[in-house]
This record gives sequence, structure tokens and C-alpha cells, in this order.
Amino acid sequence: MKFQNLSSRMVPFPQRNIDTDQIIPARFLKTISKEGLGDNLFCDWRYDAQGKPRPDFILNQPRSQGAQVLLAGDNFGCGSSREHAPWALTQFGFRALISTSFADIFRANSLKNGLLPIIVPPDIHAELFEAVAKDPNVEVQIDLPNQTLTTPSGRKVEFAVDSFSKHCLLEGVDEVGYTLQREPEITAFEARRAGSVNTLA
Amino acid sequence: MPRTIIEKLWDSHVVYEQPGAPALLYIDLHLVHEVTSPQAFQALRERRLKVRRPELTVATIDHSIPTTDRSLPIVDEIAARQIAQLEANCKEFGIPLHGVHSDRQGIVHVIGPELGLTQPGMTVVCGDSHTATHGAFGALAFGIGTSEIEHVLATQCLLQRRSKTFQVRVDGALKNGVSAKDIILALIAKIGIGGGTGCIIEYTGSAIRALSMEERMTVCNMTIEGGARAGMVAPDETTFAYLQGRPYAPKGADWDAAVARWKQLPSDEGAAYDRTVTIDAEALEPMITFGTNPGMGVAINAPLPQPGQMADPGEREALEQALTYMGLEGGKPLVGHPVNVVFIGSCTNSRISDLRTAASLLKGRKVNPKVRVLVVPGSQEVKRQAVAEGLPEIFRAAGAEWREPGCSMCIAMNGDFVSPGEYSVSTSNRNFEGRQGKGARTLLASPLTAAASAITGVVTDVRTLL
Ligand code: SF4
Repeated sequence: MKFQNLSSRMVPFPQRNIDTDQIIPARFLKTISKEGLGDNLFCDWRYDAQGKPRPDFILNQPRSQGAQVLLAGDNFGCGSSREHAPWALTQFGFRALISTSFADIFRANSLKNGLLPIIVPPDIHAELFEAVAKDPNVEVQIDLPNQTLTTPSGRKVEFAVDSFSKHCLLEGVDEVGYTLQREPEITAFEARRAGSVNTLA
Repeated sequence: MPRTIIEKLWDSHVVYEQPGAPALLYIDLHLVHEVTSPQAFQALRERRLKVRRPELTVATIDHSIPTTDRSLPIVDEIAARQIAQLEANCKEFGIPLHGVHSDRQGIVHVIGPELGLTQPGMTVVCGDSHTATHGAFGALAFGIGTSEIEHVLATQCLLQRRSKTFQVRVDGALKNGVSAKDIILALIAKIGIGGGTGCIIEYTGSAIRALSMEERMTVCNMTIEGGARAGMVAPDETTFAYLQGRPYAPKGADWDAAVARWKQLPSDEGAAYDRTVTIDAEALEPMITFGTNPGMGVAINAPLPQPGQMADPGEREALEQALTYMGLEGGKPLVGHPVNVVFIGSCTNSRISDLRTAASLLKGRKVNPKVRVLVVPGSQEVKRQAVAEGLPEIFRAAGAEWREPGCSMCIAMNGDFVSPGEYSVSTSNRNFEGRQGKGARTLLASPLTAAASAITGVVTDVRTLL
């Protein structure tokens, strides 16, 4: 799916160090497809012991429905490398995440799955949290071609995204397709290293 | 220019590089397990692609496998389906599988090294973050996601960006009762769980050199908990001695050639790292975690931090939340706190030396009757060795459960779990909320600390029993 510019409400999730076990608990990893993960996003916080949605949990509130941006606490996505985490987030409807930092693997996994992690400086991060606390309906604007984020107060901040991921996001192409075009280089590399690798066969 | 082992490994695996795009790295060994791979195989099928080098790909079943009698059918239908799916995928794509009934089955990060699949100078990937374990051999080993699994299956390559180099230097001799697990828990407590983000760590120093291969694996295994992409130890005689004669290790003249090549790998004299942290091994104490991430660790007799003493409001809140979940109070040490479960296992500490260590303490003693103790070997091979040495009898006589190999209570996907609110001293690597079961409270520690706590029924400084 091609990434379009967006204006969206934000779902604030200020806890730091949210790990992928919280995003999608391990017991949902037994699936052999990608379906249904969005319903179990943040499952252990979202539902009570009987499986009923907890009304006080943010994702269950009307303000979160249709929001495309998760405003996350520092170091979001640490822990297990499961790609089920970005799948669950995108299935819920998120297209972008904003934080001061993301765990490496999670960040890479997100970019591969059409989910844009945006790193902002701490003061902007704090400003965004304050803005949503005052009014849950305020929106941020995300402009990927120009790599800018506009806060509800109108402050425009640039964010970094590598040109390769940006290209892939905007075009909706994926990495496997890119690499398959490099077939001659791969074959040449394998030929060059023939005696030195592969003690496995 | 002098280069670190990290740079040497990187440079020797770049297939193609285009400005602005990540480098295309060649992958020498791709390990596969049942949980993260099904969607990748499905994607291959949809694109009508084959696995490029099935002979460089090895699969096993570990995460959702029960640790009870293997002759019985798997009761959990979803787990059974996932396992059957991997069997079908391996068959369809021609990938060797050490499956449920194989005598080589085991946790993927235990069997790679013990079969000699993991070798110095290799790039090793697996859809599992603890792939860092294989770095103990001087391999560049890291966890990947399902899209990347598909990418490696299809192309035997991965698109990667260069990481920063981070030296962790550990010098001096460990005190009695202090082990490799304590080194890594102390490092993560020091740098924090985001401390290694964007980096690949090389562990150096006399304390690292003195570790056995299994202990080096324990250290490298948890590198990822410090946020780093990978961790490695340069190969040396300890590495070569461990590898020689293993099923997949090179033989005869190939072995000599391989060793000669591997000797070129260690970092050059004067090679510069982007960052260095030093740890004094002699000053280390047995470590234990008290919170809900592996960075929340303290020396076993040290008081837990108090939220009130945290200057940063975010940190204060995180600590408060962790202590609430854990049902613990700041300001007091954990020693003496009652324990419900002790788990000795996982890819961090389920190798034969870990089991020997635990057995040495449990021999002739009884575990506290209030504690459920689970000992889960990392692989069939570890189990065979343990049986040959009479370890299961020691565990059973002490009142511990001896199980079949697998991930078990590390991730609680297979029916082994800690009940809500219970305390578990665990030799695994993650203490996140709910990791060992919903509401489970995990205290990460070494096999020595775990065995000592099993005996007394409370969190124990193993040195009081030595
Ligand atoms: S033992 Fe635990 S950490 Fe290791 S591979 Fe299995 S689930 Fe992952």
C-alpha cells in the first residue's frame, strides 16, 4: 500500500519502553496467517479477564477509532523481534508512530510494513502530549515527501527517514522485489566465495 | 586502516551497495523455527519463488512444543497446526528440519552451535531476537522479522545498514558464585535497555577470554536486551576446541584451512570503536532483576531503587509501574523474598554446563516444598549428555521436574507457565509483563542463583550455600 500524506488525531500512549509482548502477547504468535491481530493489539491491557473491552483503556475509547497516529513513549517496541507487532498496529489502523526513540528491529519491521516511525525531539514530544491532553481531537499533519510533521500549534518539524525506506513507502514496493533484481551480483558473490564458505552442505 | 571484527565481517559479506540504499549482505546460515516463518513461506508461494539456498537453511521446532512426553499428540490445536505447517513448508521447499521427533531437536540457538552449524566469520540470521547468541563464535548474528525471513529465503541476502561499533571490555576474574549471566545482567543494568541501540557489540577483555563457549553464548544471547543489534566475541582457541569434531564443522584439510581463516578475524591492534564501556569483573556480584525489563537489575544484596529518588519523572513513573506489577517495594533488597517457581532453561541458560551448575548445588539437597522447579534442557543433545551424567536423577531426587527440550517457560507458549501474581526466579532472558504467563512476576538470574533460591524457597545469595 502506498503511503499517503495524512492528517490525523493521535492516540497518546505515554508509557516508556513498551515492548512487543505488550503490543501483541506471545500467545497470539501461534497463528500461521496475519489476520485478526489488530483485535488483539495491547490485548492484556485492553480486555478484562472475561475478554470484555475495558472502557478506561485508550484504544477502546471513541477518540481512538479512526486515528492513524500513535503517540508513543520513549523506546517504543523493545523486546522480541516479532513482526506481529507492526501487523497488529497497522491492522488497528495506525500508519505512523511518533516517539523520541524506537527499538531497532521494531523500527525496521515497521518500515517494511508501511508503518512510519517518526522520531521527534523531546520538546516536540512533550508538546504533542500536552496538546492531546488538552484536546483529544487535535490533529498532526504528516508529509512524507517533505519529511515534515506539523504539530497542532502549527510548528513544523523535519524528521529523518532514509531515502530507501521513503522510496519503498511512497511507491508501495518491497525489499524482496528490489533484491531480486540484484540476482547477477548475488550469483557473482557466491562464485567468488565458493571454497571459503559453506561447510554446511 | 585497522578494523574491528565487526567491520571485517561486514565488509566480507557486502554483495552490492548503492548510495542511499542499505547494503545487500550475504547470509551464510539461516535458522528457521515454527513461530515466525509461516507467513514468510506463504509469501514465497504467492510470488512463486523458491528458497534460493535450502542447504544453507536449517529448521527446528522449539517455541510451541510441549516439554512433556513426546510420544503423545500435541493437545494445543493451534500449536499443532503451526508445527505441521513448518513440517509441510520444509518438505515443499527442501529445507532440512530437526523436527519434533528428531534426536537433534532443540532450541534453535542451542542446536546451531552444538551441531557446528554456527562458525566464526559467518553471517547468521533467524527470525528470533536471541540469534545474537551465535555471536559467541565470532559470527555476525542477528534476529530478523518475518518479511526479512522471506527476503533471505528468496535471495540468501538481507538489506542492512551499517551499525556503530561498541566495545564492552570486561577485565579481571569473576568471584566465586558470580557467572557469565551476571556479567550481562550487570551490563544491561548499566547501559539500560536502549543503551546499545544502533550498535553491534564486541565483548573483549580477560574476563571474556576466560569464559567457556557456553558462557560466551549466555553473554551474547542477552546482548539484544541492551538494545544492540548483535554481540560477538572474537574466535580463539576456546572457540576452535569447541567446534572441532561437531557434525557440521569442517573436517581434515578443510578444518585447517578454516582455522587459518578464522584466525584473521579478531579485531586489529589499534582498531577504533565508536563507543567503549568497561566493566570490572572482580567488582561484580550475583545479579537479579526486580522489574519488568531486563535493565531493571541490581546486585542481589543491594536495595531496590526507590521511585522517590528518581529525578526524571518518566523514569520515576516507569519504576513505580514496574514495582506495582511486581508487588515489590523500593528501598529493600530482594534477598529473602518468597519464590513460587524456579525455571532453569531457555536459550540463555539451558546448556549442559548450566545444568551441571544447577545440579552441583541441588545434589544431596531438597528443593523447598513450596517451590515448583522446572529444569528444561535446551536440546536433545543436552538431554542425552545430562542423562549420561546422571543429572536427571539429581534433579528428581531434589524434587525438581525434568522435562523434554524446548523454550518452555521462557515464553510460556507451550502450556508451561507461571500463574498470575506468582514469583519466578528464571534463568531466561526476559521479564516483561506477562512473558512467563499472564500476571507472572519474573526475576531473572543465573542458574546458581536460581538453584539456590529453589532450595531455600526465597531469593538467595548463592554464596551463602557454597
Ligand atoms: S528460549 Fe526463550 S528467548 Fe530463547 S528462543 Fe526460546 S522463546 Fe526465544
